[in-house]
Amino acid sequence: MDILYLLIPLSIVAMLAIVGVFAWALDGGQFDDIEQQGAAIFDDDTSSLDRHQRP
Amino acid sequence: MEVGEDVGVPTYTDGPVRNFALAAVLWGVVGMTVGVLIAAQLAFPDLTYGIPWLSYGRLRPLHTNAVIFAFGGCALMATSFHVVQRTCQVPLFLPKLASFVFWGWQLVIVLAAITLPMGLTRGKEYAELEWPITILIAVVWIAYAVVFFGTIGKRRVQHIYVANWFFGAFILAVALLHVVNGASMPVEFWKSYSAYAGVQDAMVQWWYGHNAVGFFLTAGFLGMMYYYIPKQAGRPVYSYRLSIVHFWALIFTYMWAGPHHLHYTALPDWAQSVGMIFSLVLLAPSWGGMINGVMTLSGAWHKLRDDPIIKFLIVALSFYGMSTFEGPMMSIKTVNALSHYTDWTIGHVHSGALGWVGFISMGSLYYLIPRMFGQTAMYSTKAIDLHFWIATLGIVLYIAAMWIAGVMQGLMWRAVNPDGTLVYTFVEGVKATWPFYVVRLVGGLLYLSGMLVMVWNVLMTVRQGRPTPAAIPQLVYA
Repeated sequence: MDILYLLIPLSIVAMLAIVGVFAWALDGGQFDDIEQQGAAIFDDDTSSLDRHQRP
Repeated sequence: MEVGEDVGVPTYTDGPVRNFALAAVLWGVVGMTVGVLIAAQLAFPDLTYGIPWLSYGRLRPLHTNAVIFAFGGCALMATSFHVVQRTCQVPLFLPKLASFVFWGWQLVIVLAAITLPMGLTRGKEYAELEWPITILIAVVWIAYAVVFFGTIGKRRVQHIYVANWFFGAFILAVALLHVVNGASMPVEFWKSYSAYAGVQDAMVQWWYGHNAVGFFLTAGFLGMMYYYIPKQAGRPVYSYRLSIVHFWALIFTYMWAGPHHLHYTALPDWAQSVGMIFSLVLLAPSWGGMINGVMTLSGAWHKLRDDPIIKFLIVALSFYGMSTFEGPMMSIKTVNALSHYTDWTIGHVHSGALGWVGFISMGSLYYLIPRMFGQTAMYSTKAIDLHFWIATLGIVLYIAAMWIAGVMQGLMWRAVNPDGTLVYTFVEGVKATWPFYVVRLVGGLLYLSGMLVMVWNVLMTVRQGRPTPAAIPQLVYA
């Protein structure tokens, strides 16, 4: 199963990258004030095309 | 709007969005038509008179590539470019590069449509396109990543909306998968050999194949779901916190599920077990996403009755839930011993493809397309409803036929007489499957018909509208 010499190191690198991105997000405040973020998308288009979809 | 058009205020770059959205509808029809043709061939093998470039073996990958990469790919590119701009409140990074992504991707599709019927294939599922096209895909994909992440990089909203995490993970994972599984040694312009061999190649292939499902067909479309369901329903995501948690759980777990394609093959037992266990674990984060999306309708269930776009989007999640339950069940070795190589696998694929991927794309495109042409709704809401019901009936016929056929095949193949000999010959199983091939063909025809209703509706919508620049709000969020 020689392919493991490729797949396992590759997976470890991928995992480290994922942990790194998560740490960057956490540090950068991506997970602060989470509850309001869902509603932010209702203000992203000033055209009347969007207004009627407001909650 | 178009690059260079001056409307006095900053506007979003919707040219590529518009192009990809219309291309998605076109390629959806093409891919589904090829699907109907090959379904017909399975029931009526002499249908295409032995013409080589119409043979089943060559057309099947044309179907899979067209529906996944042409239809699905254009829908993802349209929606990811639309969503990233709106949620970051900036136009696309490098708009000309975004145009290159569009035209480059169309070139990939056209090359696939030419080379696959010619029999030029690497023979690897969902990775059939020969090495020159593989390189072109990598170039276009890198451009796509640059535009997408560059747009996030220059965002005016500090928080990166959850949909963009799903799109971002999809883009990065597909890049990794494509490069690793695409590794090959060219020997002629249209012929190469995989860098891997035997069961090693199988492992890489199905690591790729299942992650293509997990990242291209799941994570990417969850990104779509997390924007268009709240927008169409007029309500925020049910639990924003849950959306983040299940995102991380999903992307971590999916990477390990690939071996469930290789149960009872030469792949080592322990690798098969890893695939089985992680596939079962995957049920949790998947259903987290489904519940989150469906519960977004909480307090507004009446919208399901009146709004056919909501029907598409929510029923898509129902099929997503079904498929992400069925998949883990089929990953259990003893279940797989029955289902592997049967039509149950096809039924499972199409429940996810027609039900989840198809419906979430259609719902999202029905939201997006009118807005790309200066309107708030499609030309005909009744036609959306008609599409929904025809397509749903098609899906139900399709998957029911394949479930019955698949279990029947599995049982027939394993039936042994007391003296240990097989009860049935293989061809008897084929013969017994025939009526289900016909029912499946009917299901597919219905699904394609629904798509044709969509084409009509899109044409009428485009005809009565015009591309309208969308101004970027001047508000800045913390």
